[in-house]
Amino acid sequence: MLERYNIVNRFKEDHLFITTKVETALNLARANSVWYLLMGLACCSIELMQTGGPRADIDRFGSLFRATPRQSDLMIVAGTVTLKMAPRLRRLYDQMADPKYVIAMGSCANCGGPFTHSYSVLKGVDKIIPVDVYLPGCPPRPEALTEALIKIQEKIKKEKYLMKDET
Amino acid sequence: METKKLIELLGEKLSSFIVKADKMPNNDLLILIKKESLLSVMDTLKNDLELKFNVLMNHLGVDYTESFAVIYNLYSFKLKKKVTVKAYMEHENPEVDSIESVFKGVNWFERETYDLLGIRFRGHSNLKRLLLPSDWEGHPLRKDYIYPEEYNGLILKREENCK
Repeated sequence: MLERYNIVNRFKEDHLFITTKVETALNLARANSVWYLLMGLACCSIELMQTGGPRADIDRFGSLFRATPRQSDLMIVAGTVTLKMAPRLRRLYDQMADPKYVIAMGSCANCGGPFTHSYSVLKGVDKIIPVDVYLPGCPPRPEALTEALIKIQEKIKKEKYLMKDET
Repeated sequence: METKKLIELLGEKLSSFIVKADKMPNNDLLILIKKESLLSVMDTLKNDLELKFNVLMNHLGVDYTESFAVIYNLYSFKLKKKVTVKAYMEHENPEVDSIESVFKGVNWFERETYDLLGIRFRGHSNLKRLLLPSDWEGHPLRKDYIYPEEYNGLILKREENCK
């Protein structure tokens, strides 16, 4: 793992030195403290709670839920997005501080799922906000959501965070 | 109480309002009334000491293409009987009395019926849309409803190959 992040160890007597790029260290810190916003809209949120529970235990990746968008890095859209909810969801997304990530959890958030022919359901949350990871399933198992979080972590670790241009 | 006896009793109490009273296959009672008499029928059914149909189990609205209907399912703990009250109305500009003054809990039922079918309830305290956004046009459960392609800039067309 140390080699993977370009980290060189040097032992000198009793002292441990680690040299790395600032960016890598920063990204490691960011990737292991992804706090997610509770965006439970339908039955997927039960599975989302399960993922936060002791068996799947998403805490061990440094992720824990926040009830406010101001403190969240990740929005897990768990459930059916209705047209009435869509502007509210967009507002919550706008209130999150950059950098922010989105997981579209379940078929409904991906494309409307079983309600895709309905008059009141948004056909996929990517119509209103950018999505990083699409997670299929109806609902996805906690293991699948954990996998999606790991994908987000990989994405964060690869980012050139400090070199990001302002546009 | 036998359903036959109940029909007689109701015929006695509501003689001037009932258009038709029928026994349904499951032994429940269906009474058809004129929509103008809905409020007084409900009042009698609930408050009459011999009937006491004081539980409003359900409220429905139906689109029959050429007409609308509202249906109320009532239950009496005293008689241990269910009764279904049904009233038809014309398809153009459907309107009926709200029974909120008799059954207070019907408030949201009627709002939902108004939202999805466009039946207006006269005398309702807060007749606004319940489920759909307040700027929505049309009433989706009507038979002649045309699905909108766009809503507030959101494209509602379904993508192909979507599982």
